[in-house]
Amino acid sequence: MIPSGARRERDLLTPEGVPLRFTLAGAGDRLGAFLIDLTFVSISSAVLGVAMTTVLIGRDAFDHLVVAAILLASFLLRSFYFMWFEIRWQGQTPGKRLLGIRVIDAAGGPLTPQAVIARNLLRDVEFFLPLSLVVAPQMVWPGAPAWAAELAALWAVALALLPLFNADRLRPGDLVGGTLVVLAPRALLLDDLGAHMVAERAMPRPSAHAFTDEQLDVYGIYELQTLEAVLRRGTGEANREALGAVAERIQRKISWEASGKPEAYWFLRDFYAALRARLESRMLLGKRRESKAPAPR
Amino acid sequence: MLRLKSYEFRRERERVWRELEDLLARADQRGVSGLSAQELARLPALYQSALSSLSVARAISLDRNVVDYLDGLAARAHFAVYGVRQHLRDSVRRFAAERFPRAVRGLRAHLCLAALFLALGAATAAVQVLDDPERFHAFVADDYAQGRDPSSTTEELRAALEHDAGGAEAQLAAFSSFLFSHNARIGMLSFALGFAAGVPVFLLTFMNGLILGAFAALYGSRGLALQFWGWLLPHGVTEILALLLCAAGGLALAESLVFPGRHTRLRNLALRGREAGVVVVGAVAMFLIAGCIEGVFRQLVHSTPIRYAVALSSAAVWTLYFTRAGRKA
Repeated sequence: MIPSGARRERDLLTPEGVPLRFTLAGAGDRLGAFLIDLTFVSISSAVLGVAMTTVLIGRDAFDHLVVAAILLASFLLRSFYFMWFEIRWQGQTPGKRLLGIRVIDAAGGPLTPQAVIARNLLRDVEFFLPLSLVVAPQMVWPGAPAWAAELAALWAVALALLPLFNADRLRPGDLVGGTLVVLAPRALLLDDLGAHMVAERAMPRPSAHAFTDEQLDVYGIYELQTLEAVLRRGTGEANREALGAVAERIQRKISWEASGKPEAYWFLRDFYAALRARLESRMLLGKRRESKAPAPR
Repeated sequence: MLRLKSYEFRRERERVWRELEDLLARADQRGVSGLSAQELARLPALYQSALSSLSVARAISLDRNVVDYLDGLAARAHFAVYGVRQHLRDSVRRFAAERFPRAVRGLRAHLCLAALFLALGAATAAVQVLDDPERFHAFVADDYAQGRDPSSTTEELRAALEHDAGGAEAQLAAFSSFLFSHNARIGMLSFALGFAAGVPVFLLTFMNGLILGAFAALYGSRGLALQFWGWLLPHGVTEILALLLCAAGGLALAESLVFPGRHTRLRNLALRGREAGVVVVGAVAMFLIAGCIEGVFRQLVHSTPIRYAVALSSAAVWTLYFTRAGRKA
């Protein structure tokens, strides 16, 4: 019921001095985006490989230039795919765009090409090297004694799992580039849930519920915004039960004398608008009330 | 009836927010450069007003949706305003003319250290192989040697210097392309290994030195030293320099982790990491040049004096470039 845990939110100060709030991308989203990108790279490489063998079958003197071009292209594709997209698309690759995440500068400044380059150069060490150390250690380090190979594999895997062990979900590349990966912001502006009660509106709802100041002073900002979240889920069948339960609790808490049982949704809308008006006007006077718990003295 | 401050605030400002939202939607579709000059000029002002709306909303509004929306809107505008908008050609030119040589000058000490380790490796292998040629096998993997080992006759060794592994001249382009991508991957890896506190970078550089020393000693012991260096140096100057640059970048990373200095470890890592990353991208370009020399020039020109001339002039060009380019007058 509580909107996303504050543990994953980070405030970054813009050069203008206003902090912007971002939500860190989860490990699953990031791994997913990486796997999607990896799939794109592999498919393109495979297409190039097929093209190469086709060319090699019909040998001609000129064909070697084509082979050279394909070799070069597949190297560039593998090494610079991430850098290219993250520079051109400002911190997004096709995989990141599909999953709605993006790279930002951890200090709140612009995302520079240097940062993108540095963070992507480390991919070798954090993914491909651990993979080959685990799968085929003899290829990476020929003639290594077994204990050394195992130790190297352990270390490499620890590097690969680094994002799981720090609060900002940083992988080695993020540390070197000074970057964060966050959810791409895309909040929609929804209707104001208090609008129906405002005097300027042409047609306010006629039979609105009225509340006394004592009744409104039971709750604080936290409860208001929890109520907003419940109301935003709409009047559909799935939400009806929650609406009823919340309305009942509030009525009990504020000792609402029911002359007939009011319809839950509109009762809550009215209560929301009244509570917001009360809390906002008190906030203007410098009395910010965070929640119903009494403020510590 | 109620007075909702936040509702009035929203009604006054919403038009501007929507305008910015439209602009950003179009920028997302076509890129910021797809906006008209007029729209582009409007963007910073709209961004500023979104920021100020956000500040006000945080102070007076308890409508969570509005605050979240403004947060997201301001962030998206921030990306559009501060995003990288440099033309590709400009950034390449700036990179080659200023950034790369400057970053390399910043890594002078690390470069020397990497060179020292390469030289140490080469000297170690050379001494060992001169002492007992059979130790060559300890330093060079058999498939890398491609038959050039102590059991080859002097004639075979000489032939290898003149007709390369690639063989037929028609395959030169493919061969040099392969060499380039192989070397560039090794270089990038040796940079990235810097994150593992630098020990693997030293190892990798030292091992490259071992291979170099082993070959040099093998050829030297057969009286082919002159031809060997003539074969190696035309591309080797560029290639070894690029390899050392990557290693130097890795060492800079390691240094910032182990000896963070004035800043915190993380801040320092990000600062040095970005500079060192620039060096590695430059080094990849150098590998490309080296690959072209190795794959094409070396196979076509077999005259030792010309090979030396190319080696010397490439050394001179790189020295001039890294010491002079991009200096402030």
